[in-house]
Amino acid sequence: MTPPRPLYRLDRNDFGILLNILKEKGYLTVGPTRRDGAILYGALESVDDLPIGWTDEQEAGTYRLKCRDDDALFGYNVGPHSWKKYLFPSKTKLWSATKKGSGFEIDRETDTPPKYAFIGVRACELHAIQIQDKVFMGGTYQDPVHAGRRRDCLIIAVNCAQAANTCFCTSMQTGPKVDNGYDIVLTEIIDKARHYFVIEAGSDRGAAIVKKLPVSPVQQTDMDAAAACVENAEKQMGRKVDMTDIKDILTRNYDNKRWAELEKKCLACGNCTMACPTCFCSNVEDITDLGAEHAERWRSWGSCFTMDFSYIHGGSVRPSIGSRYRQWLMHKLATWLDQFGTSGCVGCGRCITWCPVGIDLTEEVKAICDNEEGDPSG
Amino acid sequence: MKETSQKPKLAVWKFASCDGCQLSLLNCEDELLAVADVIEIANFPEASREVIPGPYELSLVEGSITTPHDKARIQEVRRQSKFLVTIGACATAGGIQALRNFKDVNAFIDIVYAHPDYISSLATSSAIADHVPVDFELPGCPVNKQQLLEVIIAFLHDRKPNIPHHSVCIECKQRDTVCLAVTQDIPCLGPVTRAGCGAICPAFNRGCYGCFGPMETPNTESLADELRDKGMITEDLLRLFRTYNADSPAFKMESERHE
Repeated sequence: MTPPRPLYRLDRNDFGILLNILKEKGYLTVGPTRRDGAILYGALESVDDLPIGWTDEQEAGTYRLKCRDDDALFGYNVGPHSWKKYLFPSKTKLWSATKKGSGFEIDRETDTPPKYAFIGVRACELHAIQIQDKVFMGGTYQDPVHAGRRRDCLIIAVNCAQAANTCFCTSMQTGPKVDNGYDIVLTEIIDKARHYFVIEAGSDRGAAIVKKLPVSPVQQTDMDAAAACVENAEKQMGRKVDMTDIKDILTRNYDNKRWAELEKKCLACGNCTMACPTCFCSNVEDITDLGAEHAERWRSWGSCFTMDFSYIHGGSVRPSIGSRYRQWLMHKLATWLDQFGTSGCVGCGRCITWCPVGIDLTEEVKAICDNEEGDPSG
Repeated sequence: MKETSQKPKLAVWKFASCDGCQLSLLNCEDELLAVADVIEIANFPEASREVIPGPYELSLVEGSITTPHDKARIQEVRRQSKFLVTIGACATAGGIQALRNFKDVNAFIDIVYAHPDYISSLATSSAIADHVPVDFELPGCPVNKQQLLEVIIAFLHDRKPNIPHHSVCIECKQRDTVCLAVTQDIPCLGPVTRAGCGAICPAFNRGCYGCFGPMETPNTESLADELRDKGMITEDLLRLFRTYNADSPAFKMESERHE
C-alpha cells in the first residue's frame, strides 16, 4: 500500500494551466464538449471547450441539455460517448495484403495513437476502462490496439457531484466516488464565494503534474465540501437495483415470461451495445479490390443484437429478439463474472437513456427478480 | 489486363424505376475504369448504345414489374443471366410505385390518361423476386455505390458480399452521430431500417426515411407504439411506413395496422 497522497486546492481560474501542462508534456487532451445537443468527448483546446454552465436531464429514451445556474465545468452526467471511442475505435484496419507472384505479402498495420489525456473521467467510466483492460489485455493474447492506446494514456478523473435519473452506480459499487486507477482526481466545488477543485494525485505521473500547478493546501472545510458533493450524487442516484445473487437468479430464470415481453418491446437496433462502455464485441471483415491485387482486414464494433453475431452454418443461433436481449443481459450481469471475474455493468445508465424505446435494465432485473418462475431453490 | 473474350460479361437492365440506381454505377467515377478492366460492360443502355449479346455472367436489375410486357421480359433476362442481382428499392421491394398496390390502379388510369385504352398496366408493382429466382438483393433508394461495387467485386471473386442486414443505428454510432430520437424526439426509422446508406439523414439532423427498407427482424410495432406515445398521429404513422419500401412485407404489415 502506498501512503495516501496529499490533497490540494486548485482555483477554477487556474484550471487552464492543467491543460497547458498536459499539452506541454505531449498529451492530446480530450474530454467533454457540447455538440449536437449532447455532451460528447472530443479534443479540448482550452477550458472554454468544456460544457461550462451546462447540464443534462436523462430518462429512459430521452436526453436533454439544460443550462445550469452556475458556471460548473463538470456539472453534468455521462453522455452518449464513452472512452472506448479512443481505446477501442469503432473501425480499425488490422492488416492488409498485396499479391506477390503466386502468394501474397502481408503488411502489418501499426496503430500509432496519440498520447491521450482523458479529462473528466467519472468513477463508473474508470471501472468500465478497467473492465475493458481485462477483456483486451487480461488473457494470453493482448489486443495491440487497446494495449497501445492504454499504455501512455493519462486519466484525470472527476468525482460526480450530481447523478442522472438513469444512474445506478451505487447499485453496482462503481461510484460516484472515484476509487482507483486514476492519475489525478478532481472534485469541483462551487459555493457562494469560491469556485475551485480539490485535487489529488493517484500516480507518480499525476503527482509530477500536480507539483507544477499553483495549488494550495486543503482545509478541513474543503474536504467536507468535497465529501458533500459525492453525498449529493449518491442522494440523487436516479435508479437503484438489488444485484444480490443476480447471477443465480438470472441463470434459473432462463424461461422467465419477461423475456417474451422484451421480445415485443426491444428493437434489436444495437444502440445499447454501442453506447455501453464495456461492450467489446467486434466484427472482422475482409475486403478485396476489383483486381484482387490488394486485400484488407477491418475490425468494427459489433453487436450481439444482430443476426450475424450468432450466425453459424445454416443460420443464427438467436433468431428471436427476446433471445438476443437475454443473451446481452445474461452476459452483462451473470456470465461476465465467470469470464472476467467482475460484472460487465458499471451502472452508468447509457443503455437506458440511449434506448429508442426506453428499455430500462434496472426495471428488467427487478421484474425478473420479483416474478421468479419455477423453484428458486432448484 | 484480361482479353475481352475472357472477361465476365455484365448487363444492366431497367424496369419500372427512376434510373437512380443505374446512375449510382455511373457515379463510381474513380472506380469505373477499374470495373471495365475486369468485367466487360456488355449491355448497359444508360451508358452505351453498343450492346453485346448475352448470355451474361452478371445481370444487375433495376426497377419493379408493373406491366405485362415487363413480366415477360424479366423471364428472358433471367434466362440470359448466370447471376441476377436486383439493385434498389424498386427491384427489391416494388419501389415508391408500389403505393398503387394499396389502391385500385384502374381508378388512377382513368383520371391521369386521356386515352386509358392505350395503357397496359398490372394491378401491382412487384419486386423482381416475385417473378424469377434472384441471387442477391441490394436494397436502397438509391443503392449505395460502395455497396454496389462490393457486390460486383464479391461476384468476381466468388465470395459473399459484405452487406450488413442490421439497423441504421449501428451506422449512426460508428460515424458518431448523436441519436435524434433520444435528444430531440425526431421520428426516425433508423431502428427498423437496414444499414447501408452510411446513415446520411441523421447526420444532417433528419430522421431516417427508411430508404433501405426493413432490416433483419424489424420490430416496427414497438417503434410505432413509441412514436404514437410521443404524439405521432395515425395518418402520419401510415405515411411513415409507406414510402420507397411500402410493399416490403414488414413495412406493409406495419402501415396496414394504421389504416
